[in-house]
Amino acid sequence: MTVNGATVGAEVADRTLLVHFLRDVAGLTATNVGCDTTSCGACTVLLDGQSVKSCTVLAAQADGREVTTLEGLAAGDGQMHPVQRAFQAQHGLQCGFCTPGMVMAAVSLLAENPRPTEEQVRTGLEGNLCRCTGYHNIVRAVLAAADGAEGQDNR
Amino acid sequence: MSILGTRVVRIEDPRLLTAGGTYVEDVRVPELLGAARVTFVRSPHAHALITGVDASAALAAPGVVAVLTYQDINDIPPPPPPPEGGPPPGSEAAPLPMGGVWQEPLLAVDRVRFVGEPVAIVLTDDTYQGEDAAELVSVDYEPLPVVVDPADALAGQTQLFPDAASNVVVTIGKPADDTAFDGCDVVVERDIVNQRVAPVPMEGRATAASWEDGKLTVWVSTQNPQISRFVMAGAFGLDPDSIRVVVPDVGGGFGAKIAVDRDAIIVAWAARHTGRAVRWVETRSENLTGMTHGRAQQHTVKIGGNRDGRVLAYRLEVVQDTGAYPRMSGFLPTLTSLMAVGPYDIAHVETAGRVVVTNTTPISAYRGAGRPEATAAIERAMDLFAGEIGMDPAEVRRRNMVPADRFPHQTPCGAHYDSGDYVGALDKVLAGADYAGLRADQARRRERGDVAQLGIGLASYVEITAADADSGETARLVVGGDGTATVYTGSSSTGQGHETAWAMLVQSELGIPMDNVTVLHGDTDAIPLGTGSHASRSLQLGGVAVHKAAVEVRDEARRVAADMMEASEADLELDTDRGLWHVRGDPGSGRTWADVAGHAGQDGLTAAVHFTEAQPTFPFGTHLAVTEVDTETGKVTLLRHVTVDDAGVVVNPVLTEGQRHGGIAQGAAQALLEEMVYDAEGNPLTGTLADYAAISATELPSFELLESETPTPINPLGVKGIGEAGTIGATPAVQNSVIDAVSHLGVRHIDMPTTPARVWAAISEARDSQ
Repeated sequence: MTVNGATVGAEVADRTLLVHFLRDVAGLTATNVGCDTTSCGACTVLLDGQSVKSCTVLAAQADGREVTTLEGLAAGDGQMHPVQRAFQAQHGLQCGFCTPGMVMAAVSLLAENPRPTEEQVRTGLEGNLCRCTGYHNIVRAVLAAADGAEGQDNR
Repeated sequence: MSILGTRVVRIEDPRLLTAGGTYVEDVRVPELLGAARVTFVRSPHAHALITGVDASAALAAPGVVAVLTYQDINDIPPPPPPPEGGPPPGSEAAPLPMGGVWQEPLLAVDRVRFVGEPVAIVLTDDTYQGEDAAELVSVDYEPLPVVVDPADALAGQTQLFPDAASNVVVTIGKPADDTAFDGCDVVVERDIVNQRVAPVPMEGRATAASWEDGKLTVWVSTQNPQISRFVMAGAFGLDPDSIRVVVPDVGGGFGAKIAVDRDAIIVAWAARHTGRAVRWVETRSENLTGMTHGRAQQHTVKIGGNRDGRVLAYRLEVVQDTGAYPRMSGFLPTLTSLMAVGPYDIAHVETAGRVVVTNTTPISAYRGAGRPEATAAIERAMDLFAGEIGMDPAEVRRRNMVPADRFPHQTPCGAHYDSGDYVGALDKVLAGADYAGLRADQARRRERGDVAQLGIGLASYVEITAADADSGETARLVVGGDGTATVYTGSSSTGQGHETAWAMLVQSELGIPMDNVTVLHGDTDAIPLGTGSHASRSLQLGGVAVHKAAVEVRDEARRVAADMMEASEADLELDTDRGLWHVRGDPGSGRTWADVAGHAGQDGLTAAVHFTEAQPTFPFGTHLAVTEVDTETGKVTLLRHVTVDDAGVVVNPVLTEGQRHGGIAQGAAQALLEEMVYDAEGNPLTGTLADYAAISATELPSFELLESETPTPINPLGVKGIGEAGTIGATPAVQNSVIDAVSHLGVRHIDMPTTPARVWAAISEARDSQ
């Protein structure tokens, strides 16, 4: 499969989950596992541009496809993606554990709906749990990124 | 201009946003190469005798390195005797089992007392093998009668600890004295459940360990690196110097990661016992039964007063379900009692508490730890009293609050409130929320008989932060010859933003830009002594320690600069905008920090501080929650949440707002949705995130935060703690709001969580009884 633009291949056991393939084979540890019931979204990555919970996808199902993780989001020159910038400017993260999945879910949400309302952002992120922020600043970050105002005042 | 009080975004974030954090599962160091994976074998029974363990099938499974039970623990000393009289006051830092007859083993010996109790561990080459092999460990159980309800524990028909006299671990307080209530116009009494909830940090518990050349290195997800080191040194009979604890990024703690519990200790032991590096990262299902839960108090409140709104007497009785083993929960009713009277001036206050064991997951600290329970009890009682005398609940609160001109204030519960303006906070929230307008909207809906009714809930609170103020916090500050500063802090972050805040404190005092300040925490080789992050203590102890270290470095730099510039110390000035030392009246004489630190010698400029506070501090505030309740279905929607949370001087509004947001969400979650439920056999019914109703973005509004800063005289920065305030205020405000929405239908109380089923039942019951 292609992960963040690079080809990654390995022979793995058939039951290997995509999230474990990304972490243990590709060595990309940003993507976290937060539950075992597909409830929390910490493991969210993009598969062919669509957000998926990588704890519920077999590595084999991603064979020949394109995966994007948090590590692949910034531009080649290291410039952060607008959603990443918005999360920092709006204090949309604290402990950072849900953040990789949350950011990828937000990127996917904005790809589908570039100008969401607050309610649409909240509904779109329903499958991603955060225990630190109360979602307040995550929602603001996504709205700011949508506005192209991610670097602006965080008041 | 000082950087303090300004909206600085976090310096932690670029790393977390581009590469992700480094949590225990992510640590890639040579010592952990090829680490065996630890998988726990946990009890499926709530109460049973263990009659046999057969590991032969597991040992024959692929990749299995070892299967270890209590019988293999032959290389550590017996547990120390229990502290006399239970855990010491302020013992959030000592969440160890109480010991003695209540001793909690590292692995089950001959009986299990809750579903999820560790019985054995399996070491395998990889994770998937561990899950398979753990299934193959055959444990024979002989089930015993199960105690789930604290009332049954009190009745004592089934005893959990054969060597104990009863199921009651701790009893505090005095017998009820009804005479104070005799003279009251109105007395209201009510049983209230403050339900059991799960902390659910997004990263569960995790521990890795290696044993090399007589030194044990433990990577652990904890709020307290240094305490964890001493706890393990005690458990293993090792010199603390032969243990290094490393705490990488921590994915949330919320009180449930104070120090280390038996699971972490046994993983570290396995590394030493087998000589092989090990790593354990729990699954979420494991987390929901193996990590401690919070709250789990049953209250009986009694409130009496006159029809003019004055409350004259208040009584709070607490039954604390401590779960299967008394950890910090043995101390929680004491903290609840200390804060029972809240922000009010009530002449007669009585508290009493009993702590009982049940066949459930142990209870310990969870965001607020005893104070949300105290606030929930009295804030419900205030509403019950207001309803009984027919007075507006805001007015009843105002008439009973300690006035702003009476601080410091000694409460009848034994607390010494440092500073406050409780009426000011209440009035600010009422104005900010347009209380009068909300009440008018509510009246219109009631008059029309709308299906969707409006609820307005208030909670005014005062809480205690840095309850263990006297244990203090450490900081070491080094300014090197390159002019950069390094902070070594004992206050370890679980996501709050310590690096940003500590760097701001250094910049403010020394003028060394934040970009040139490195903050290090969580490695006991570099920082052997410290306490950590709990009880909303970080800024007022750890932050003040950094501030004081900066002041000491500044004083030392003045001496060095005077020598260097051949001027008198009194003539030297530090320009903190530019980070330059110069002679008064001669800005051109400026010397940089690199100049001064270089002149000081090879080690640069250094200061080490252990700061202790004379007493804890007492933040306060008021929360107002607006809910809409569908009276046909019982569905509740939280529409607005308006708060003042006054925690003294604010160092960085971005960080304090984040703490308030998160706290509000967890409080609202308890009020609306979350509950850890067991069946009569002690089986957890909410043991996965598919069943446990962790709150999501759709169930919350954006929050409306109002500003208020009343400094404390207790520390030089004037700061108090903010980590738990949101939870303490939000929980009863939201609960009161839901009840308020249907109070005109005759409903007086609904226990949390106020689920549609409960709200609907309360409405039906009230209608039937009319």
